[in-house]
Amino acid sequence: MISRRHFFQASMAASALIGASGYGNWAKLSAQQALTQNDLLDFETTGNVTLVHITDVHAQLKPVYFREPEINLGVGGAKGQPPHVTGADYRALYGITQGAPLDYALTYQDFAALAKGYGRMGGMDRVATVVKSIRADRPDALVLDGGDTWQGSYTALKTDGQDMVNVMNALGVEAMTSHWEFSLGIDRVNEIVENELNFPFLGANIFDTEWDEPAYDPYSMFERGGVKIAVIGQAFPYMPIANPGWMFPDLSFGVRQDRMAQVVAEVRAKGAELVVLLSHNGFDVDRKLAANVDGIDIILTGHTHDALPEPLLVNGTYLIASGSHSKFVSRIDLDVRDGGLKSLKHKLIPIFSDVIAPDPEMAALIDAERAPYAADLSEVIGKTDSLLYRRGNFNGTWDDLICNALIEEREADIALSPGFRWGASILPGQAITREDIFNATAMTYPAAYRSEMTGERLHLILEDVADNLFNPDPYYQQGGDMVRVGGMGYRIDISKPQGSRITEMTLLKTGELIDPTKTYVVAGWASVNEDTEGPPIWDVLENHIRRHGTVSVDPNSSVKVVGT
Amino acid sequence: MQFTRRDALIMSLGAAAASVLPVQAFAAASAEEILAEFTGGAAVGEGGLTLTAPEIAENGNTVPIAVDAPGAVSVMILATKNPSPLVVTFNFGPMAGSQSASTRIRLAGTQDVVAVAKMSDGSFVQASQAVKVTIGGCGG
Repeated sequence: MISRRHFFQASMAASALIGASGYGNWAKLSAQQALTQNDLLDFETTGNVTLVHITDVHAQLKPVYFREPEINLGVGGAKGQPPHVTGADYRALYGITQGAPLDYALTYQDFAALAKGYGRMGGMDRVATVVKSIRADRPDALVLDGGDTWQGSYTALKTDGQDMVNVMNALGVEAMTSHWEFSLGIDRVNEIVENELNFPFLGANIFDTEWDEPAYDPYSMFERGGVKIAVIGQAFPYMPIANPGWMFPDLSFGVRQDRMAQVVAEVRAKGAELVVLLSHNGFDVDRKLAANVDGIDIILTGHTHDALPEPLLVNGTYLIASGSHSKFVSRIDLDVRDGGLKSLKHKLIPIFSDVIAPDPEMAALIDAERAPYAADLSEVIGKTDSLLYRRGNFNGTWDDLICNALIEEREADIALSPGFRWGASILPGQAITREDIFNATAMTYPAAYRSEMTGERLHLILEDVADNLFNPDPYYQQGGDMVRVGGMGYRIDISKPQGSRITEMTLLKTGELIDPTKTYVVAGWASVNEDTEGPPIWDVLENHIRRHGTVSVDPNSSVKVVGT
Repeated sequence: MQFTRRDALIMSLGAAAASVLPVQAFAAASAEEILAEFTGGAAVGEGGLTLTAPEIAENGNTVPIAVDAPGAVSVMILATKNPSPLVVTFNFGPMAGSQSASTRIRLAGTQDVVAVAKMSDGSFVQASQAVKVTIGGCGG
């Protein structure tokens, strides 16, 4: 395993600048001056098998800014454990210097200032450069995609995921699993799986509801470096609950721990010397699965968008977390001998887009995919004075802006915006383009509804979503963040059971407590109900931003969090 | 929400015979009372009975469950917080190839689903699992 000391020897002498904020000296040190592509790709090839993991790209073909969460609370056994570590604690845990490249890549502090220096991250053309470099060292490196690939951008929405399918085929992905893929609808998913995809679409936990039989291939066997490898897929377990089940009515998901144990036994019986789980469970679910199911060597985790610079070892299983939005690629070199895993070497490769050169072929493909939409994508709608970001358990400025737009444009008392974890960030002073708006909203059930709800109903919704996040048993968590609320404040005690976490719900415009029996006008979007009506959220947001010209978002202090 | 017999689609395996007693007979009976009647007050142990149910129901109106209890003569399923907690009792005759069964049940809300097996030696074991019924979330 790569040691912390050797991680980023090229990191800047930023320690002298600790305490600087805003646009301090270190923000001017560009990543280009401090880092080279060789630094980022440097890796002594070892063992006989190489895995490459990318996940939760959310259709981001081009480099983006993406601010990691400030608030990411763990509960139960996960309290204070990775990945529920942020900011200074994260730096201390992994030996990262404040202001260093990895600090910018992996934490939230001074994000806007560091972003000016280090630039955007990701881009599938840069990812292609990394993959080609790894394959130059190890031609049969196994490239795996953890899913949430076909959704999250304007072009993926307009092409029904075709741009991403073409790009991932060109990248040479060899297996994937899924989550948001199914929000394209079952017919489109099956069309892609059967006719478009050059590699298997795996999901051991996807069953048809009628006969309770497996609906997709559970695993694929590979032989690399003389080693028999089983790659098992695990789709997002709560697909029909967290996303609209009516879009794929005949499928059932679930964690299905016993099924996973059976599949592991099956692939071992078939001679697998290395068992890799390509998972979209979310980190805490995978941690529990690793503890309860023996015989999995590696879990390539996804869904919760965590990026960890070191593997976590649980019950003999290495958990690898590779971030999101094409910001990172994990390389794992393995020595598999005598039927078992002997050693592992891992590197979370940050894709600094100003440092890693775009691969010309992939860049050309991406340009071609985007060309028909170039004018729509680049149209400037307005400007932001505030940093716009989404990640965090309770609120982010992107959703604060969306809630403001819903309240103003839809004349509501209260606005709700779902706790999605995808969505790129925008720096203060930056223009907001249509592409930026779609990067925060592009999905297939965007109707911005306006309805009346009682205070009691609002409380029920908040309690329900809070339990998806803070149930102490990970198998009852769904891996999103808390629903974002505009126009209403509340207090949450995350240590309490469902039904008693949320108190002090307050209507902000009057300062009065929410009355359980009174009816309020509520606007929101992304309802999983089939008959939801309203304009698409991107139109609401575009109108709002156009009307204001320049938007700014005040710091949000309306959620009081206790019991952490 | 009212539980009715029609909502339990009995798909028992092997030679299991399922009996769903009239709802009215148990309208006032709690899960504890039904359990006590089934066991005759005998102590209930654990182990030897596997209950499979989803952690979170995809549709609370039709939740797939399965039981497997080698050596059982009957297995009773209780939905502890349904208006009528007794869902079904599977009886396994001596010719049954296996003592396993599956069905779909309706759950009125988040609750523990309990399976209680009467073994051939007259002893009882139980297994339970919390099944969450949500109003639809924001996973992402």
